[in-house]
Amino acid sequence: MSGASLERGLQALREQMDTPVAAFFSSCVHCGLCAEACLFYTETGDPRYTPIHKLEPMRRLWEQEYTLPGRLKKALGLARPVTDEELEAWRPLVYDACTLCGRCSLVCPVGNDLVYMIRKFREGMAAAGHAPEGLIGATTRAVKTGSPMGVTLKALQAQARHVEQETGLEIPFDREGAEYLVLMSSMEVINYPEYLAAITRIFHRAGKSWTISSEAFEATNSGIQIGVSDIAAELVQRVVDAAEKLKVKTVVSPECGHAYMALRWEGPNLVGRSFGFEVKHILEVLDELRREGCLPLEGQETVRMTFHDPCQLVRRGGVVEPPRNLLRTVAAEFVEMNDHGTTNWCCGAGGGVSANEEADELRLKAFHRKKRQLEEIGAEALVTACANCRIQLEEGLEANEMEIPVIGLTELLADHLAAAEQESGESS
Amino acid sequence: MDAAELLLWARGPGLLLAVGIFLFGMLLKLAEILLLGRERNLAPVRASGVGAGFRTVFRRSFSMDRSSLKTSLFVHLAGYAFHLGLLAAIFLYTPHVQLFGALTGLTWPALPSPVVDLLTVIALVSLMALLWHRLTTPVLRLISTGQDYLAWALSFFPLLTGYMAYHHLWFDYDWLLAIHILSAELLLVFFPFTKLSHAVTLFMARWYNGMMAGQRGVQS
Amino acid sequence: MKKDAPLIELLREYGVSRRGFLKFCSITASLMALPPTMAPAIARALEQARRPSVIWLSFQECTGCTESLTRSHSPTVEGLILDVVSLDYHHTLQAASGTAAEEAREIAMKENWGKYLLVVDGSIPLGNPGFSTIAGIPNVEMLKEVAEGAAAIIAVGTCAAYGGLPHAAPNPTGAVPVAEIVKEKPVVNVPGCPPIPVVITGVLAHFLTFGRLPELDGLGRPLAFYGNSIHDRCYRRPFYERGQFAETFDDEGARKGWCLFRLGCKGPITRNACATTKWNNGTSFPIESGHGCLGCSEPDFWDMGGFYNAVSEPAMESGTAVAWGLAGGALAGAAAGLLNRRERKAARASHQRVTVDDLKREE
Repeated sequence: MSGASLERGLQALREQMDTPVAAFFSSCVHCGLCAEACLFYTETGDPRYTPIHKLEPMRRLWEQEYTLPGRLKKALGLARPVTDEELEAWRPLVYDACTLCGRCSLVCPVGNDLVYMIRKFREGMAAAGHAPEGLIGATTRAVKTGSPMGVTLKALQAQARHVEQETGLEIPFDREGAEYLVLMSSMEVINYPEYLAAITRIFHRAGKSWTISSEAFEATNSGIQIGVSDIAAELVQRVVDAAEKLKVKTVVSPECGHAYMALRWEGPNLVGRSFGFEVKHILEVLDELRREGCLPLEGQETVRMTFHDPCQLVRRGGVVEPPRNLLRTVAAEFVEMNDHGTTNWCCGAGGGVSANEEADELRLKAFHRKKRQLEEIGAEALVTACANCRIQLEEGLEANEMEIPVIGLTELLADHLAAAEQESGESS
Repeated sequence: MDAAELLLWARGPGLLLAVGIFLFGMLLKLAEILLLGRERNLAPVRASGVGAGFRTVFRRSFSMDRSSLKTSLFVHLAGYAFHLGLLAAIFLYTPHVQLFGALTGLTWPALPSPVVDLLTVIALVSLMALLWHRLTTPVLRLISTGQDYLAWALSFFPLLTGYMAYHHLWFDYDWLLAIHILSAELLLVFFPFTKLSHAVTLFMARWYNGMMAGQRGVQS
Repeated sequence: MKKDAPLIELLREYGVSRRGFLKFCSITASLMALPPTMAPAIARALEQARRPSVIWLSFQECTGCTESLTRSHSPTVEGLILDVVSLDYHHTLQAASGTAAEEAREIAMKENWGKYLLVVDGSIPLGNPGFSTIAGIPNVEMLKEVAEGAAAIIAVGTCAAYGGLPHAAPNPTGAVPVAEIVKEKPVVNVPGCPPIPVVITGVLAHFLTFGRLPELDGLGRPLAFYGNSIHDRCYRRPFYERGQFAETFDDEGARKGWCLFRLGCKGPITRNACATTKWNNGTSFPIESGHGCLGCSEPDFWDMGGFYNAVSEPAMESGTAVAWGLAGGALAGAAAGLLNRRERKAARASHQRVTVDDLKREE
């Protein structure tokens, strides 16, 4: 049988129920505090956006199939079954109004990891055919063309040639035995070619060998956003195959939050084995280079700079200190927003929301949280490390007529790279 | 049936029945949760999650999100007041300490009765305020189920009847005591089968949350 | 002694002064929670009262109740009142025995039919009529016979009131209290093991003064004497409030006179006048002597979970319930848990791979 169906969705959910889920649902006392942690609620005041409410159909299925009182209720015909209509009604809550940012998981008094459950709920929603059009399109493109935005290898190669001309440095494709395999996100290829130029210059300056695979350059993973582990695994497998074929030591996730999370934390679990290489975010690599002394920087920015934490990188990824260590070296006036680090507020477009046109209006409303945060500290420049965040931030700032430049941290560092002492001695 | 008979039943067969059902239900509940199982994490961890898990179990009782604290100061205050009052009334009132001593063989110091009395009043007032809050806040009205109100009543009545018995309010003490004990037994009986059991399962929830975050190097 | 002389004259003959008599009347009034202005009324009524005929039946009892009334260390007004009532039948106290004694009872019943007071101490065995008989008459039969002509019945002592010791589990004689046999007549329960003497005479005084029985609580006890708990009136109550408890009978707390709650005092759930009237001519009451209240004026006080266990402790051994709960929970939990696990595994085993072509419904 192919095609989505309610039964396939419910079966997918049955697979997803595990001990943590049961512990979480058992513990929720409906205190409502998760609402205050969710920017979709705080920026709209719509109670339907309360995180635990977004999980209600899944909770009922758990209760009816995995608890004794629930089984009894079901046997007596007192339990309301989960229906297609209900799942369809929940689609905007689960996909449009959740960026998987995980702030609710951090504040829940009983310790429920709500986003862990939303991620699982999406498995059921997708298998039941209730994923949003935009995400289905992105996922289909990712599987069929290799990029959710339809970016082809040719487009990347064209951009690489352009960067090579600009920097006078080589961009090595498919070089076996390189230390780093650099991945890209489609958004960077399309919107931020500066990133590729920046890492080319940095790796060159640091004297590290690196490469790009022509077979797997896309780091993002729509399978995770839409909530289909089978597809997510397929996308991860492409990277694993390329990395192992080229025998690289480290795969470098680009400036993208969920790409890092997908590869670093979900990846081995999706493909069912640990990798023969390490996965690092570009900021982790840069911070290591800085510590090793391979990243000589000079000059400082004098404007009031702040850092927007990409949720999947920081709260859900654990890369908290590297961006700060790096930014402090080049920013004379680095100010933190009031909620930052693991308690940051999402930009409003993560978790597949940016690929989902139905959520366009809502995500710009959600941006108001970031707007207030920026205004509170009077930021003059906003640095981040996620292309997806960056687009949303730029759009949001523009919509609110705020003149604050948004800068990728890697580019900023590349701009402050100290001039090489023996330029003439360098060959490649 | 007179008060003395009811009291004797409550202190005897009623109590044993309630304790038996409570233990039965809790073991059932915990087994249902724990035996479900979960997938082993294959991603190389930054740190063992065990320490982080225990840290979160402890810290979630105190750590608060600044932004939510600002917007929901009331829930935080009333929530703490209610929980502390309830815990003090249950575990630090002399007759209760005596009961736990008889049931488990463990005893601990109790608080002076007037202090428990005051904390009970605070808990009662907080509970009423929280009910009002639940009935009037859009978010809570949307997410609240019958079970939330049942859990509220099951927590409220032992406190109320205990308070009334202590102060000999309106009814004979013997009746109040009997009804108080019965209401507490009702709480025990329902505990494992309603969300009242969060008092136990929240330690698991926090542990998994903290453990999974800890493996990623995040203090949850 | 003239049989129908007013009570006051008889008391005078016993050397009770008018002042002593009035004092008794005001104590009785205050005990019964009557306004002080009622004392003269009680005095007037008692002065004029004729000696009522009293028949006292003793069934399954220990004579402690009678002892309590008669063994006061000095003659008391309440003792004398009892002396001066026409105690026509009391097989412990009367001089007559055998057939003569039973004849005295029958004569008294016949002469005062419908007017005499019946006082009962001891419980009535229903298990086998032979368990307790008087002159070959089973207790239950004699009670029914005498109760029929009584104006009112007073069940003195916890055995008569609630079954008492004979009724304690497993109740081998099938003992029952008076009120379970006599349904059609008012029965006043004056429980206690034994009851306070002045409470017995107070009830008599009330009957003599007002011609009716005092107001009773749900357990048939005169509210005037049983309205408050021992705990409410206990002089050690402040220690309870402060959380100062004796942990053993010879520790510092016990010597300092701290609260005996933890040593099993049943004061909080026992209603009686001990803490106010006290015993032995107002000398003291058990708690004052360093021992917790046993709760002797309450039904089933023998079976209330042990004299030395606190009120809040279980009244039964909890081990079996705990064991059953744990064993049942472990078994049911293992079954339900493994079922959950199997269902989850089955769902995973029958996993259908989801591809991009499966994301939409087939229309």
